Amino acid sequence: MTAPDTHSTYGPQSFWWKYIWSQDHKVIAIQYFITSLAIGLVALVLSWLMRIQIGFPGALEFIDANAYYQFLTMHGMIMVIYLLTAMFLGGFGNYLIPLMIGARDMVFPFLNMLSYWLYLLAVIILVCGFFVPGGSTGAGWTLYPPQAILPGTPGSDWGIIFMLVSLVTFVIAATMGGLNYVTTVLQARTRGMTLMRMPLTVWGIFIASLMALLAFPALFVSGLMMLSDKILGSSFFMPAIISMGQDPGYSGGSPILFQHLFWFFGHPEVYIVALPAFGIVSDLISCHARKGIFGYRMMVWAIVSIAALSFIVWAHHMYVSGMNPLFGFFFATTTLIIAVPTAIKVYNWTLTLWQGDIHLTLPMLFSVAFISTFLIGGLTGLFLGNVIVDLPLSDTYFVVAHFHMVMGMAPVMVVFGAIYHWYPMVTGRLLNTTLGHWHFWVTFIGSYAIYFPMHYLGILGMPRRYYAYEDYSFIPPSAQDLNAFITVAALIVGFFQLLFLFNLIYSFFRGEKASANPWRATSLEWQTPDIPPTHGNWGAQQPTVYRWAYDFNVPGHSSDFIPQNTPVMNEGKDHEIR
Amino acid sequence: MTNKHMEIALVLVLIVVATVIFHWLSPWWLTEPASNWGEIDAMLIATLVITSFFFITINLFIAYCLWRFRHKSDDQRAAFQPENKKLEWALTLFTTVGISAMLAPGLWVYSDFVTVPKEASPIEVVGQQWQWSYRLPGKDGQLGKSDISLINAKNPLGLDSQDKHALDDILILNGPLMLPVHETVQVFLRSKDVLHDFYVPEFRVKMDLVPGLVSSFWFTPTRTGSFDVLCAELCGVGHYNMRSKITITSPDNYQSWLATQPTFQRLLNQQSRSLNQVEQGKELAQQQGCLACHSVDGSASVGPGWLNLYGKQEELTTGEVVQVDDDYLKRAITAPNTQIVTGFAAIMPAMPLDEKQLTAIIAYIKSLSDKSDIQQDKEVP
Repeated sequence: MTAPDTHSTYGPQSFWWKYIWSQDHKVIAIQYFITSLAIGLVALVLSWLMRIQIGFPGALEFIDANAYYQFLTMHGMIMVIYLLTAMFLGGFGNYLIPLMIGARDMVFPFLNMLSYWLYLLAVIILVCGFFVPGGSTGAGWTLYPPQAILPGTPGSDWGIIFMLVSLVTFVIAATMGGLNYVTTVLQARTRGMTLMRMPLTVWGIFIASLMALLAFPALFVSGLMMLSDKILGSSFFMPAIISMGQDPGYSGGSPILFQHLFWFFGHPEVYIVALPAFGIVSDLISCHARKGIFGYRMMVWAIVSIAALSFIVWAHHMYVSGMNPLFGFFFATTTLIIAVPTAIKVYNWTLTLWQGDIHLTLPMLFSVAFISTFLIGGLTGLFLGNVIVDLPLSDTYFVVAHFHMVMGMAPVMVVFGAIYHWYPMVTGRLLNTTLGHWHFWVTFIGSYAIYFPMHYLGILGMPRRYYAYEDYSFIPPSAQDLNAFITVAALIVGFFQLLFLFNLIYSFFRGEKASANPWRATSLEWQTPDIPPTHGNWGAQQPTVYRWAYDFNVPGHSSDFIPQNTPVMNEGKDHEIR
Repeated sequence: MTNKHMEIALVLVLIVVATVIFHWLSPWWLTEPASNWGEIDAMLIATLVITSFFFITINLFIAYCLWRFRHKSDDQRAAFQPENKKLEWALTLFTTVGISAMLAPGLWVYSDFVTVPKEASPIEVVGQQWQWSYRLPGKDGQLGKSDISLINAKNPLGLDSQDKHALDDILILNGPLMLPVHETVQVFLRSKDVLHDFYVPEFRVKMDLVPGLVSSFWFTPTRTGSFDVLCAELCGVGHYNMRSKITITSPDNYQSWLATQPTFQRLLNQQSRSLNQVEQGKELAQQQGCLACHSVDGSASVGPGWLNLYGKQEELTTGEVVQVDDDYLKRAITAPNTQIVTGFAAIMPAMPLDEKQLTAIIAYIKSLSDKSDIQQDKEVP
């Protein structure tokens, strides 16, 4: 790549080309970011409405059973796909990969732009689904056929079609993005940036992108097959049935086939969200504890082996699906094996704190909150992965509590920590810390208040996805009080997310001006000539990398950190492993 | 700056303490088991003990680190320890042992679950939106053949009348079910329409009903009592209201109850004589799943109950008051969401019934009312 004359002429100058039809990975990242936050806000409001119905049944008259199932479905789908996946890969991946590996941009900038616009289109189609006749689909985020396309389920006329078309569009967008991220990491690393010198953030996003390329096709084809069943009358997933006393004319298909395809995508999807979070949190902990991440190589191999294993555990979502029960032996074993590399990651995060110089900044606080929520979410996974223990717990509130802790709260904590960490790099200003602390404490303590008691409702046997619980002999009246408590906690935590959004906007204009590298970080994204970095990132000269990203408190050095682009001088044999 | 935000260490400790206290005080816990799968409870509790150890230890370790190694002064330095192979492998090994301690006994018990005892007698659960029906083998101890294509108004579970094993099968349409205590059963599950899941919390185990195939599991009831049957797989808007009862009783009680239940043969014979309109309507209401949401005994239900409905004045959500007559009922069945009665949700799917079926159902609804003789412009034929 030849260096431009001056970095100020590298990119386009007019507003439209600079900020709207931009091919700059940083602008595209912000576009992904704002879009996913906006649609995430919709999902947040939907969760309030659901919780109000569960905590205070009938309090809001417009939430009938139809509406409830529609809210539930859209909440889940938006949070998993359109918020978390889009934000981690499209948002953080886009912003950080080129900067952290010392590249000027993604290798396919035009494809990158296209990826965002298709994502936006997917979101628009999704939102349109709310307004079609019959409303959005209420089939649950898993969209299991046959019910997803039959009368008796809300939105089975148009809602489900909009949902599937939106998903298929999303997969195309994610594939364009994923190809870009993977190719960029493999091809565009700057001089000296070997794979084993990459920050774990890049490793997490890189492997998650690879997984997305392998897993999303399963969602893509199952979406198309279900559309075909719905519109063309094929029977991929539809056996002969009598629906509402009528024969809809299907025969020979298999509903379980859909479940296999869905979860072949769906389980890796958990890690597509989790691995970027794992990577990012490793770097946050390391930087704010002023200590290199403990066991870097083990951390890399843990990411790789979790990714590989996650493709052979999918049927643990299907222990009671009616598939051959002998599969249970295999999938319980693989599922519990995956706990080993995951546990290693938890140990190494905590061991990084050991003998550190821990600065309890907001990114560090959120990282601690991540470890704690991920820990409980991961441990409850051992109940559900162990097939025999899953039998009483599947489809109960225990599952709801488990996945909200492990892939709801935990990754969201990382999102928050990462935003507090990198906001100064993106905007040149620090986020307001008073608002930040309010946001942190309520969110962290609130996550336990909401989800910890929910496990016990699940152990009691309360089934999930119920619009109302009336007159069940095994459910004591106190369960309703607990549900009311959970609802109040959820409303409060939700409200404080609005405070966070306010902080994002407020600090953009009024925040304290940040110094060039406010956290004294070692990784390349903080070493650009301009902060915030301009189009092309590196000015006249791309950086050269001499060391890994974790040279904090290296013995014999007066500074407590050494940026990756600082040449090596007399550092003895410690340097060998880096 | 030095002690800033040390609350986090304290909060982690408090969270650990609070979760332990919550656990001991929680009135929400496992129901008293009513089947042999109560043995899963031991597995669940063992898992809880092992995972709690990790939860408590790691959270407290983090709290300690945060307190002990917090930034106190600007000349504080962190240790430089990129890795420690020995420690990492030791922790890996330790975790593997912990995981195996949960997995191995788990799979051991699971192998019981997939091995059906020889003495198990078959029963069948059939689901449809949103009601449960059951089939018990007759004197031959076998369930006869069935097929989805055989389902019609006169044969709601689609049994094969050519199969002699089917003729003596006992049908319990729309529940409730009774089973003798201490007798092992293998439950075969079938669905007419969408996925359902047969779930009795006290039995611990559950299984999906999948249209297009027959799934199964087995259990032995271990105590008498009456238990809720729930659906645990989202099956449409009436999912939360798809319920039934199962009573576990003494073998004697069971036998005398069984004797009062109709066999398939008896239902066929009954049907060979022509049904009057009200009987046809009742059968249709059963088969179409109307009764899942409309009670006929005056009890509360998802949709307006049918007892004394005919002839009543209903207030609509628009504020309008309508008289429930033939015309109103026809509209309410074929285009249900155009006029919604106050207090109910617009959740009913339009029922594609023909004129004759409509007339029959309306006749049945009429028969449930003491005001069925209100003045009609048109006489029911």
